[in-house]
Amino acid sequence: MLEHVELFFKSIFIDNMVFATFLGMCSYLAVSKKVSTAVGLGAAVIFVLAVTVPLNWLLDQYILRDGALSWLGPEYADYDLSFLSFILFIATIATMVQLVEIVVEKFSPSLYNSLGIFLPLIAVNCAILGGSLFMQSRDIQSLGLAFNYGISSGIGWFLAILAIAAIREKIRYSNVPAPLRGLGITFIITGLMAIGFMSFGGMLTGGDEEEEATPVAQIAPTVEEEIKVVAETVIATINEKED
Amino acid sequence: MGLLSKKDQKLILDPLADDNPITIQVLGICSALAITAQLKASIVMAISVIFVLGIGNVVISLMRNIIPSKIRIIVQLIVVATLVIIVDQVLKAYAYTLSKELSVFVGLIITNCIIMGRFEAFALGNGPWRSFLDGIGNALGYGVILIIVGFFRELLGSGTLLGIKVLGDPIELTGLYKYGYENNGFMLLSPMALIVVGLIIWVQRSRNKALIEEN
Repeated sequence: MLEHVELFFKSIFIDNMVFATFLGMCSYLAVSKKVSTAVGLGAAVIFVLAVTVPLNWLLDQYILRDGALSWLGPEYADYDLSFLSFILFIATIATMVQLVEIVVEKFSPSLYNSLGIFLPLIAVNCAILGGSLFMQSRDIQSLGLAFNYGISSGIGWFLAILAIAAIREKIRYSNVPAPLRGLGITFIITGLMAIGFMSFGGMLTGGDEEEEATPVAQIAPTVEEEIKVVAETVIATINEKED
Repeated sequence: MGLLSKKDQKLILDPLADDNPITIQVLGICSALAITAQLKASIVMAISVIFVLGIGNVVISLMRNIIPSKIRIIVQLIVVATLVIIVDQVLKAYAYTLSKELSVFVGLIITNCIIMGRFEAFALGNGPWRSFLDGIGNALGYGVILIIVGFFRELLGSGTLLGIKVLGDPIELTGLYKYGYENNGFMLLSPMALIVVGLIIWVQRSRNKALIEEN
């Protein structure tokens, strides 16, 4: 449970998609002129991330990673298809987005009217593919955690676009230097917001001892296991040489 | 440039300044910001995008008459994804540490909006040669900004360029450090990338008033 809570807050505040890794900046800058449209796009991003990250987690676990195909039989255990992950992930995302669009249009026309125009945009939003790729490179452990990661990083993105849209609506009444108007000032405000978000960085590292204890406890057995594996291989090679 | 006609030259030169993909068209920001803490990574990223966009534009332009318009996005994504896999595998084979540093951002070239944007706006309606020039031009425009940002962030942030200590050694106190100069570690953090790009936009738009937005 604790790891779920930790991942949730970590993906929203510390590893915020916009402010820490710059994912989905293009639509973030292009669709943040009004709060209402920003809310629509943000909701669509949460939704699509919540669907595609767990799906791609399954693909990664059972098809792509080193030795993942061993459920087909021992002769498949050596295959490492991870070089195919880009093409499979993006294909999943593009199809899922199409599918979601069709389903939403059929069952909830009102939701479709508010989300619909943004869905095609999302297929090529780096936040979505980035979510799946970070899920892969950060080695998320279970399907539940992958789902959690998808939703919470979506919420982080939603918060970011909502905040910048609200600021941009207000800044229309201020006297910004002419060459900075529009894009330039948005960049600089986002930079300042990112500095603000950096202060969340202490949230998990500066916590009480209990939180510190969990990662150590997680690491310790793996180190032991590694030592065991190394020792076993050494013994095995020695035995072979003696034979 | 006897090889290229006036129109073709425009295709390459326009995106370098007044129609720059990053500062004017607002495309491809994500990767531009995330990997520019070092000059070397910026250069590698720029070269990768030049490769992907140049070849991808030609491929899409050759297929433009046989792609049904309803599924064109998926076809485009597959073409880009294939090219990006090639780039990723080459980087892993010949520059492993660098490819670890770039981490997911090589993969994110797929969703780099410059690429899809140029496919949609140019390659679907023009011949292969012109598409090739357009692709190279836009990728160069992207690369120029990347290299400028990378140059300043690495120089001011860690006092090096391409890993060479151009400002002297901060520990042995040689060069500039003798006079009390300090590296600004803040330049290496992500927010400064945004602010540096903001400043580039400021400089560019003050020099060319026609680019100023209304609000």
